[in-house]
Amino acid sequence: MAIHEVQSPIPGIFYRRPSPDQPEFFNIGDTVSAGDTIGLVEVMKQFAEIKAGADGVITAFHVDSEAIIGPGDLIASIQTGA
Amino acid sequence: MKKLLIANRGEIAVRIIRAARELGIETVAVASEADAQALHARSADSCIVIGPAAAGKSYLNEQLILDAALSAGVDAIHPGYGFLSERAAFAQAVIDSGLTWVGPNPSAITQMGDKAQAIKTALAAGVPTIPGSNGPVASVDEAVEVASRTGYPLVIKASAGGGGKGIRVAADESELRSLIPIAQAESLAAFGSDEVYLERMVTGAKHIEVQVFGDGETFVHLGERECSVQRRRQKLIEETPAPLLPSAVRAEMCSAAVALAAAVGYHGAGTVEFLYEPKTSGYYFIEMNTRIQVEHPITEAVTGIDLVVEQLRVSAGEKLSFTQEDVLARGHAIEIRLNAEDPSFQFMPSPGYLEKFNLPSGPFIRIDSGFTVGDTVTPYYDSLLAKVISWGRTREESLSRMRRALHEMEVVGVKTTSSFLLEVIDSPGFIDGSYDTLFLES
Repeated sequence: MAIHEVQSPIPGIFYRRPSPDQPEFFNIGDTVSAGDTIGLVEVMKQFAEIKAGADGVITAFHVDSEAIIGPGDLIASIQTGA
Repeated sequence: MKKLLIANRGEIAVRIIRAARELGIETVAVASEADAQALHARSADSCIVIGPAAAGKSYLNEQLILDAALSAGVDAIHPGYGFLSERAAFAQAVIDSGLTWVGPNPSAITQMGDKAQAIKTALAAGVPTIPGSNGPVASVDEAVEVASRTGYPLVIKASAGGGGKGIRVAADESELRSLIPIAQAESLAAFGSDEVYLERMVTGAKHIEVQVFGDGETFVHLGERECSVQRRRQKLIEETPAPLLPSAVRAEMCSAAVALAAAVGYHGAGTVEFLYEPKTSGYYFIEMNTRIQVEHPITEAVTGIDLVVEQLRVSAGEKLSFTQEDVLARGHAIEIRLNAEDPSFQFMPSPGYLEKFNLPSGPFIRIDSGFTVGDTVTPYYDSLLAKVISWGRTREESLSRMRRALHEMEVVGVKTTSSFLLEVIDSPGFIDGSYDTLFLES
C-alpha cells in the first residue's frame, strides 16, 4: 500500500467538475485509473486536465473546487493497491 | 457622446480610452477586484470596481456593467472584443437603458455574430461556406451523425466564440466524443454559452479576413489581413496585405464581405473571416466578428484610418467619414502578439509580477499593451502581454523593423513568447509567405 500524491504542474483555478452543471469527475472513495481526469485547472482561459497518475482509490482532495492553486500544489491523494 | 464606459480590460480598454480622449469624450473604466490597479483602470478618467476576479462575476456580468454605466451617468458603452462584445441581448439591454451601444445593432449581432447563424446568412447571400453542421449540435450523438456526412478531421467551434477560444479539432469519433464536453465547458467559461457547432477542417488553407465598416447605409471594406500563423487555433502573427494572395481573389473576397455587411444593414466595424485554399484559389466564409478585432492596428497602419475613432463617431449617429475610394492602403504592416507563456514548456501560461517590462519603440513601431512595469499578470484572463505592430513600405522593410523591435524587448517576471516569435518570422515558410494555418503545428 502506498499513497500517490497528485500535484498541479501549473498555477490557476482548480475545478473538480467538467462544467458547473455536471457532477464531479470523482469523489473520495472512488476508484481511478492512472489516465483518468480528476480535475481541471483554468489558467488564462485555457483548461489543463489533471490526471490521476496512478491506479487506486482517492482518499483525499486537498483543494476545493474554484480554489486558486500554485504550481506544485497538492491536489489529491490516491491509495494505490499494490 | 460625452461620457463612455469601456466594458473591457487590458490593451483594448486602453486603446479605446485613447480614441475617446482624442474625441474629447470622458472615459469610465470597469475593473474586477484583481484588476483594480491595472493599466486600463488607471488610464480612464474614472474607474468602477464591479466584482471578483472571475470574469463571470465581473466582466461577463451584464447587470453589473449596466449598473456601473447607469450610476456613472455615461451615455455610451464600448464592449471592446471578447467578453460581452457579441452578446445581442446585452446590446439590446444597453439600448433599452437609453444608452448608445458602440457596435452593430442587436439583430446584426444575432444574424452574423452567432457563427452558426452567420453561416446560414452567408449561404443565403451566396457566399461559399465549409461543409459542417450548419448550426449548433445539441449532443455528442448528433455530432457523430454530422461527422458521418462530412468526414474527419472536424473542427468544434463555440457558437458565441471568437479569438480561437473553445475551438477543438477531432481526428476521429473517439476524439469527437471526448472533446465535445471540453469545448462546451471552455465556451461556457469564456463566453457564457456552451453552444458549439462543427465544420470539416479544410487543410492547407490560409486564414484571410476582410475588415468592413458600415453606417447602416454605406458599406465599405478596408482590405484584408492574413492571420494564418496560429497556435492551437489562436492567432499569433497577422499581416496586411496577405502575401501571395492573387489580386483577383482579393477583390472577390472584399466584395463578398461588403455584400454580407450590406445584407444585414451593418453598423460599425466588423470582420469577415475566410479560409483561402491556394491550390484551388477557393475561399470559404467561416465567420463574421461583429466587433473590433485584436489585429485592427495593422489595417490602421496601412490605411491611416483610426478604426476605433470611427466606431465611436458612427455609433454616435454620424455618417462614415470616408468612402470606398478614400481607402488607400500603403505599404505593409505586421502585428505580433506577445503572450505571457513559456515556449519551452508547451506554451504554459505564465502569470507573474513584471519586474522589467521594456517594450520596443522607435521608427514605425506601435505598441498596444495593458501592462506597465510593476504590474502583475494574473491567472484570470488571457495571456496577451502586448501587441507589437511594425510598418514598412515593403514587407521586407516591415519585417526587418519587427525583427529589430523584438530584439529590443526585455521582460522579466513572466515567461514570454518573444524568442519563439523571432524564430517564426525568421523561418523560410514565413519569409516566403507560403505558410498556412497549420504552419506552426508542423
